[in-house]
This record gives sequence, structure tokens and C-alpha cells, in this order.
Amino acid sequence: MMRLDIDMTLVDRARCAAKRIADGIQPIIDAYTTTSIERCVLRLLGVNGVDENDVPLPNIIVDQALAAGLLEDGIAYWLGSAMLHEGVSLPEITAKLSSEKVSLDEVHPFDHETVRRAIWHEATRVCSYIKGRRLERERLITGVNSSVPPYLYVIVATGNIYEDVIQAKAAAKCGADIIAVIRSTGQSLLDYVPYGPTTEGFGGTYATQANFRIMREALDEVSRECGRYIRLVNYCSGLCMPEIAAMGALERLDMMLNDAMYGILFRNINMQRTFIDQHFSRMINAYAGVVINTGEDNYLTTADAYEEAHTVLASQVINEALAQRSGLRAEQIGLGHAYEMNPHMQDGFLYELAQAEMARTIFPEAPLKYMPPTKHMTGNIFKGHLMDAMFNLAGVISGQTIQLLGILTEHVHTPHLQDRYLAIENAKYIMNNARHLREEITYRKGGIMEKRANEVLAKATSMLEQVAEISLMSAIEEGMFASVKRERTGGRGLDGVIRKSERYYNPFPEIFMKELTSSDFQPVLWGDEVKG
Amino acid sequence: MDVNMTRIRPYGDTLDDGYMQLSFTLPVPLCAEARKAAEILAEKMGLEDVKVVYAHSIADSFSFFVVYGRCIHSVDMTAIEIPKVDADFMSYEEINKFIENRIGRRIVVVAACTGTDAHTVGIDAIINMKGYRGEYGLERYPWFTAYNLGSQVPNEDLLAKAIQVNADAILVSQVVTQKNIHIDNLTHLAELVEAEGIRDRVLLIMGGPRISHELAIELGYDAGFGPGTLPSHVGSFIAQALAQSIRNRREQAREVYPCQTNP
Repeated sequence: MMRLDIDMTLVDRARCAAKRIADGIQPIIDAYTTTSIERCVLRLLGVNGVDENDVPLPNIIVDQALAAGLLEDGIAYWLGSAMLHEGVSLPEITAKLSSEKVSLDEVHPFDHETVRRAIWHEATRVCSYIKGRRLERERLITGVNSSVPPYLYVIVATGNIYEDVIQAKAAAKCGADIIAVIRSTGQSLLDYVPYGPTTEGFGGTYATQANFRIMREALDEVSRECGRYIRLVNYCSGLCMPEIAAMGALERLDMMLNDAMYGILFRNINMQRTFIDQHFSRMINAYAGVVINTGEDNYLTTADAYEEAHTVLASQVINEALAQRSGLRAEQIGLGHAYEMNPHMQDGFLYELAQAEMARTIFPEAPLKYMPPTKHMTGNIFKGHLMDAMFNLAGVISGQTIQLLGILTEHVHTPHLQDRYLAIENAKYIMNNARHLREEITYRKGGIMEKRANEVLAKATSMLEQVAEISLMSAIEEGMFASVKRERTGGRGLDGVIRKSERYYNPFPEIFMKELTSSDFQPVLWGDEVKG
Repeated sequence: MDVNMTRIRPYGDTLDDGYMQLSFTLPVPLCAEARKAAEILAEKMGLEDVKVVYAHSIADSFSFFVVYGRCIHSVDMTAIEIPKVDADFMSYEEINKFIENRIGRRIVVVAACTGTDAHTVGIDAIINMKGYRGEYGLERYPWFTAYNLGSQVPNEDLLAKAIQVNADAILVSQVVTQKNIHIDNLTHLAELVEAEGIRDRVLLIMGGPRISHELAIELGYDAGFGPGTLPSHVGSFIAQALAQSIRNRREQAREVYPCQTNP
């Protein structure tokens, strides 16, 4: 029996509209590449490091190719040609290119098949490494005590990776299952990935491959101490979305914030750039067995959570449709939503719970990511702690998978050590105390909650059908999402969007998609306990 | 209740009992000595009758404490002076009428979340049509022309826009305050405005959850608005300050060219 009786024909219509929406932008995704995708290809092929001015080597080589008008063929094509031209190995040619001892515009273009043979071996080698890291995770998950969902997700945000490690380990020992290292504010707009361990950041810590590795090692250590696998999250978003996906795959990150529209709406990144980048980055995430988290909670920080609830659902369905096209399985698509209604609203808890149950019903296999109150947190830490408690209750009753814990000092500062402890204690108390309440509850037929869920669903469906009619890009131009209007050719990063030539070559989509569409691809994501 | 305003102390359940609660973490494993350390620390902070009512180990190497005590200090509130935004707050209708009568043209404001700050909730609440807590934002006011440039706007771009549209007021929102990044950013903007030589014809206004009018004055701004600010508060201030500055400019003009206005 369905817990909350919602109109499944509307759900089918919504998904059908989302498919048309995704179809509508696929031609752009297929026809173009971006500077970030090409830099990502270089990273996957082992190009890492910076020059004496701290410019990342992938940027140096891609900028060279772009200036020479060669990027339309794909950096892999020219890297392969350069290898053949110089008669050297991949590491040797990348060293020569990044030190500008060899210039790409002097390289003789080889025929496609020859280049492919030259690159293929290196490409498959890194892919088996990434797959190896995925299997490593699966081994680590299997055979240890897994927590029961909702998994407790907390953030660390000191700006200093070594301090983050201390905070993260403490949180894990208090009972956190998932640690997100918040990124330094502004990193999403950098068109390169900073390098090396970092100890200075604003509102967070830079996402660098070295920082990923430092935190992964620390969490592996604390996982062994705790006898649970502690998951690591970072941000696969912004102008370097594909590169960060690659870094995460190499360093065995477990989850990535990775939304198809967030950068467009909230960071003013060009929409074409974002749609193209998200597609490739999600393939990498899928292949690495990463669970993505989408960012629908953000809609409600700028708009009213009651009035605009349908935009969250509409975005979830679109994110799902786009993610599926990158080969992500339903169990890897952690759709986001949030508990952000005005706490003074009568029956607000009923509406929140209705929406949480609605999301659970519509996306039964998705590891839903439930975000805590932030907008109406005031600095009254005592009331804030209560609001977080109500949020935790809604999470355990509605069977959410990933519970991003509210912090009583939200709105005051990035969490202090004790704030996180109190948040975890709050969640553990409530989730243990009400663990099986979910199984005891059915909702009143035709009641407030059922009506609310169906009303949100109906509005979302009609919005999606409207978007499908005019196309996603036009809908964004008209401000249909989050009341933010973005131009098709506006925002940052359009200069990094390049139409692919006839001989464009990137070895990775083929390798990834072959694996992702095979019936053997059954990544173990959560251990035994979790059932959607 | 006979409160002595020159000797204000915390109130628990009896006047002047001085009761306070605090909670903090020490970076040491929980033990009797750690508890005592928490107690001594509270005493050093000016509490007496200190009671560590709760102590809990966090992750083996930290200890969390909840502490009560009676504060031995008092404060003379009659000696405190705080700069406050100088404006009579008016309603939406009153503001529009005021501008129509006293200024006679639309007031132009540009607003942004500057620097790396990506949190537009505050500036959106003040500027956007929709507004905040049932009040319309300045975009909705017929007597305001408002440009909201959004988030992560470089100070230079904000200033360029202000010059381009001949803005009467520049509104800056700052939410991220870690390592005092907002101070650097706000100071930088003030310096740019000064360098452009337009400081005397534009109102500089800051806002954000950690912003006070006091800070604004200190950094050379005209006003600072903290949490709970409504669009009408900002609108009232801008309208009145602008009317005042127009009046001042007229008077200055009279002093320079007395014969023209007084033949």
C-alpha cells in the first residue's frame, strides 16, 4: 500500500516531460566540448602539477591548443599526435608540452585510428585504476557495520585541510557517517583547480586533489577505528566540474554535489557550458560509483518554501533525466530537497512531511538528500536546535537516505566542533527514538498531507510540461527556476565552449558508457542495510 | 522592579543575581582535571559560584561543558552611546509620497553581494520585487529604480554600474565574514568610491547578518543595516538622507553664489 496516495499518472507525465526536456539539450551536449572537459581528459591521462607560476599544467596545454585553434579536435587527438610525432611516451610528451619545449601547432596530425591506438592503452589504464578504487570502496563497505539510513551528513569548513581533518575525525567518532568538506567561497568561479594542500580559505577549504587525498586517508583511518565506512563528499560544480569529478574518482570520494542547473542559476555560469560539463562529469561520477547530490534545496533559500515547493520537484525530475543519460543508476542519484518552511506557519510540519514523503514515493530508489533549515535560523540557537529536531523527525519518518544535519549555530558561524557534536546527538536521539515510527504510520486519505503532496505534484507537472514546450534554455531565460533569469549566451565560461570538429576525439565516454550500460555494473553503494 | 541602570547585571530569577550560562569545548580528554579547568576558566571570566552542570567527551580528545555561574561585573548603561541609523521609518506609501514631494524624481540604487560572497538572500530581500516578510522590495517602489547585480560582483563592477546609471545609493551585502573578509572588501569599495571622486553624491550603505550601523560609520559608510531589516527601513533612510543631502548642496550653492538665489 502506498503510504501517501499520490497520483502516479501525474508522475508519469512529469517524467515524460523531463525526457523531452533532456532530449532538447542533448544536441548541444553532443556537438560541443569545453575547456574544462579537455583539461579533465588531460588529468585522466596523468597530467597533473603546476608550473613555477602555480598555473596548472592541464590549463597550460589546453590554453595552448585553444590559442592554436586545435581544441575542436579534442586534446586527446593532439596529445596522441604529439606522442607519435615526437616518438615519446605520454608522460614525456606532457612534460615537453607543459614546459613548452614542444608546441602543438608544430605537431603533425596523425590519422584517427593511429592516434586512438596510441591513447587507448593509457586511457584504459586510468579507467581500470578508477574502477579499482570503486571496488576498493565496495570491499571497505562490505563486512563492516553499516549505519542505518538516514545517514548522518555533516560539514567541515575551517579553510585549513589539516584542521578539517581534526574536525572530521571528531565528527566521525561522534557518529557522523558522511563528511563534506565545504569549498572556499568563490572556487566555483575559478577556471582552474588550485594545486596542493591548502591551509587558507574563506568559508571553506579549496578543493584540490592533494586535499582530497589527505582527507580520504584520514577518514580511512577513522573508519578502521570506528568499524564503519565514513564517506567523503566534495563539490563537483562550478567552472571545473569535470576536472573535479576526475580528481574525486582518482581519490575515492564517495559523494559529489553535482547539479545540472545550480551553477547557471546561482553562480551565473553560462548554461551551455554547464549542461555540457555536467554530462561528462556525471559519467565519471557514475563510473567511479559516486553518489551525486543535487542542489534543489537552493531554490528555497531564495524563494518561499511553501509557494515554490513545486520548483524543487520539477528540478529533481530534470536532474534525474539528465543524470540517467550520463549512465548514473537510480541508486546513485541523490536528489536534493529541503526543510525550509517558515517555522511560524500553522501545520508547517505537515506540509514538510508531506513533501518529504512525496519525494520518497516518486523516487523510491534514489538516496534522497534532505537539507536542514537554514533560511529561518536566526541566531536563537535554542530554537534552532528544536527546528533541527523537527527536521530530523521528518527525515526518519519519511525514510530519507542522506540527512544533512542542521547545526544550531547556522547563521552565526561555520560549525564549531561542539555544534557538530550537538547536531549529531540531536539526530541520533530522535532517529533512534522514532526508528520504526515510519512503519506504523499511514496518512489520512484526502487529508491535509495527501492534498498538499498532490497539489505540489500537479504544479510541478504543469511547470515541466511548460518547460518541455519552450525548451529548458528558454525556460531559464524566462526566469522559471528560482526566479533567476539567465541568458543563453550570458554568464561565465561561454568562451570555453567549443564546437567539436569531425575528427574530435575523447577516449573516455566510450570506455565509461560501455561499463555503465553493461548488466555487470552494479556498484555497491551503501552496504547491506540500505533499501531506498 | 528597581533596576539600577548604572549597574546592570544578568538576571536569573532574582534581581542582580548575575546568573549566566555558557558552553564551550576544551581540547583535552574529559577527566576530573578538565572539569576543574573549565570551572577555573569560568571564574577567570568573572563568574562566581561556578557550576559545571554538564560535561561530555567529544571524540576522546575534546571535552564539552555547560557551565553556570554568577557574574561579578556590572555595566553602566547610561554611559553607552551607539550610533543609530538616522531616519524616521515610513511605510511603502509614505516613502513614495516623500520622494515625489521632496525629491521629485526616481531614486536610483544599485545593489550587489560583492567580492567572493555568493549569499544573495539579504540583498534579494531588500531589492527584489517580492521583498521580505510581506513587504515589497525596492524594485516594486514606483519612486525607486533598483538594479540588483546579484552575487560575487567585483567592487569595480559595482562602482562602474553606479557611475553608469548615476546612482544615488550603493547597497552592498556581505554575509561571509570568516577571517573578516567582509571588512577588507567593504573598505576596498569605500576607497574606490572615494578615488572616483563621487563620494559626496552617492550614499554608501552596507547590510548583512553581522553588519551594524556602528561598523558602517567606522568604515566611512552612511548607514549599516543588520538582521531583521525590512525594505522600507532602507527605503526610508535613502529617501531622507538624499533629501537632506540635496538640501545641503542647495545651501552650499547659496553660500557660493548668494546673488543668484537671493537677487
